[in-house]
Amino acid sequence: MAKVTVSIEYCKGCGLCVQFCDQEIMQLNTEVITQKGYHPAHCVDQESCNACLNCAMMCPDVAITIER
Amino acid sequence: MTAEKNPILFGRTAGLSEKVNNFCPGCLHGIAQRLVAESIDRLGLIGQTVGITPVGCAVIAYEFYSCDMVQAAHGRAPAVATGLKRARPENTIFTYQGDGDLASIGMAETIHAATRGENITVIFINNAIYGMTGGQLAPTSLPGQITQTSPYGRDVKVAGNPIRVCELLSSLDGVALAQRVTVNSPSNVRKAGKAIRKAFEYQNEGLGFTIVEILTTCPTNWGLAPNKALGWLEDNLIPYYPLGVYKDIKAGE
Amino acid sequence: MGEKILMKGNEALAEAAIRAGCRHFFGYPITPQSELAAYMAKYLPKAGGVYLQAESEVAAINMVYGASAAGVRVMTSSSSPGISLKGEGISYMIGADLPGLIVNINRGGPGLGSIQPSQADYWMATRATGHGDGQIIVLAPSTVQEMADYARLAFELGDRYRMPAMILADGLLGQMMEPVELPEPIDPKSLPAKDWAVTGTQGKRKNNKVNSLRLAAQDLEDAVLERYARYQTIKETEQLAQLELVDDAEVVVVAYGAASRIVRSAIMLAREEGIKVGMIRPITLWPFPTQAIQAACKTAKAFLTVELNTGQMVDDVRLAVTQGLPVSFFGHSGGVVPTPTEVLVAIKKALAGELFHILPFRSKLEAGD
Repeated sequence: MAKVTVSIEYCKGCGLCVQFCDQEIMQLNTEVITQKGYHPAHCVDQESCNACLNCAMMCPDVAITIER
Repeated sequence: MTAEKNPILFGRTAGLSEKVNNFCPGCLHGIAQRLVAESIDRLGLIGQTVGITPVGCAVIAYEFYSCDMVQAAHGRAPAVATGLKRARPENTIFTYQGDGDLASIGMAETIHAATRGENITVIFINNAIYGMTGGQLAPTSLPGQITQTSPYGRDVKVAGNPIRVCELLSSLDGVALAQRVTVNSPSNVRKAGKAIRKAFEYQNEGLGFTIVEILTTCPTNWGLAPNKALGWLEDNLIPYYPLGVYKDIKAGE
Repeated sequence: MGEKILMKGNEALAEAAIRAGCRHFFGYPITPQSELAAYMAKYLPKAGGVYLQAESEVAAINMVYGASAAGVRVMTSSSSPGISLKGEGISYMIGADLPGLIVNINRGGPGLGSIQPSQADYWMATRATGHGDGQIIVLAPSTVQEMADYARLAFELGDRYRMPAMILADGLLGQMMEPVELPEPIDPKSLPAKDWAVTGTQGKRKNNKVNSLRLAAQDLEDAVLERYARYQTIKETEQLAQLELVDDAEVVVVAYGAASRIVRSAIMLAREEGIKVGMIRPITLWPFPTQAIQAACKTAKAFLTVELNTGQMVDDVRLAVTQGLPVSFFGHSGGVVPTPTEVLVAIKKALAGELFHILPFRSKLEAGD
């Protein structure tokens, strides 16, 4: 298990992290609108994260932090 | 013995500033930029690096790195890099240029910096279109590709043929490394990072001109959602611009 | 120190630049500045410097931009068509507040023009070396000694005000030989460090950015106005002109560079005839020496501008002259050099109270018409 944090300041809601998450635990949060007007990504199941870093690798905005 | 492990598995590199980049959502520029910043960080080069931004989507990228930065006129980054490197050979110099900047208006500067074997690293972002100006035909736009200025598709009889930059430069003696990568998947991102680090290492060994061409997307001007743009890159760009190492003077060592 | 040696103007300028601490030269071959680049190619490597022949004038000036951003004294030289190409880079240097020496060994234009001596680039140098709302310092030597002296001055002014400086000369000054006393060499390492330069942060400071882009209108206006304030200071404090026999002059001739040498001969002829005529020779073309012109207005009755063009600096003379005094013009263009006799005729017409703008009616003038 690892902790995935998405910075609402950086995220532009492009969804690439959602597409590349093998565990299918990344989603765009339609209940939140960022200051720039995007639905940011968030991790919906931290327990299932296997720390593969795929989401962070594909994030063009370097919005994702992954901690042990 | 239980050494304290760094709890951060992935975070923002010290090579980047804290500013939010200006790229459109899903544009792979952001990944390429992060890889460059991460490379100079991992190699311990932030304090000795000077980056040069082009005219195009990365024009204000001088705001996004933590190293010293210079903004260059359209296409002139390799000439500016030459001046910087000749003045201070101890510094690590990179340019970050798009296809219009590098392969159209700046082709002379590119080829001559390459053939001189200038000890600089060129990061070449090829997404087959002009992004900042609104999606015009680029020197690397594919045959048949629809852009704002090729609305019926690129007719090579009229607009000429695209340029394959790595292939072109690989014939020049001054080139130490010419490699084409992409950042359309996590494994390709890792390979691209490795290529960029190799280029910086070659520069610091004084081996000559290094170029890493990165195939990227332009969701906005291709008119595709970010995920669909990745598919278009895979199906169209990579077949015309095959990935691989076109020159590596250390190959076989 | 004190020893005079015989040198070509182009070579004296090159040697003086090296002695001013310049160790980087980027250029592209063009007549009539070739001796300057050749001298640099020969002697810069021996001084531990870099001579690099660029692929184009455009590339050369952008290499100057890069080296200047790195904080070193750097120069390029060219001639008129090449300076047109450098316009882009010069504009970017102005916009990024970068110093650097650009030498223009002016030849006849427009287009490919001729390779003969000319002052046809006065407007380009003082009005619009590149696009945008900005200026460069422009110095105009008239002797080989001044080719050397102004090279150092150009570097000093450029560094002081963080802007490009140009030496505007011509093939006559570039290629003739005269005795010259060269200045003492400066060790580049002894020059003050530039805290704005991109030298790598070394982890000791915030990163520097060399940049001319100001996307927000207000940011750009602020930058332009800050530069404008610097220009005002330069206009007030850095004007240079040489005054010759101006105190009692009824006619004041204004001429710079090679033209001033011909005017000097004409003044000698005129003085022999008892005509009270003197000369103001602008040394700084930008800032234009309006103070010297205005001071001369107290005694002069008429002004005459002599140039190797169809009348460019005469605009600045008219802007400077007060009290409604007449400002006439005489010149040749295309690389044709006026004779002292022609200028003498023009001086007499000005003395007679005529207001004129004469272009080469050589036969009429020589006939004294």
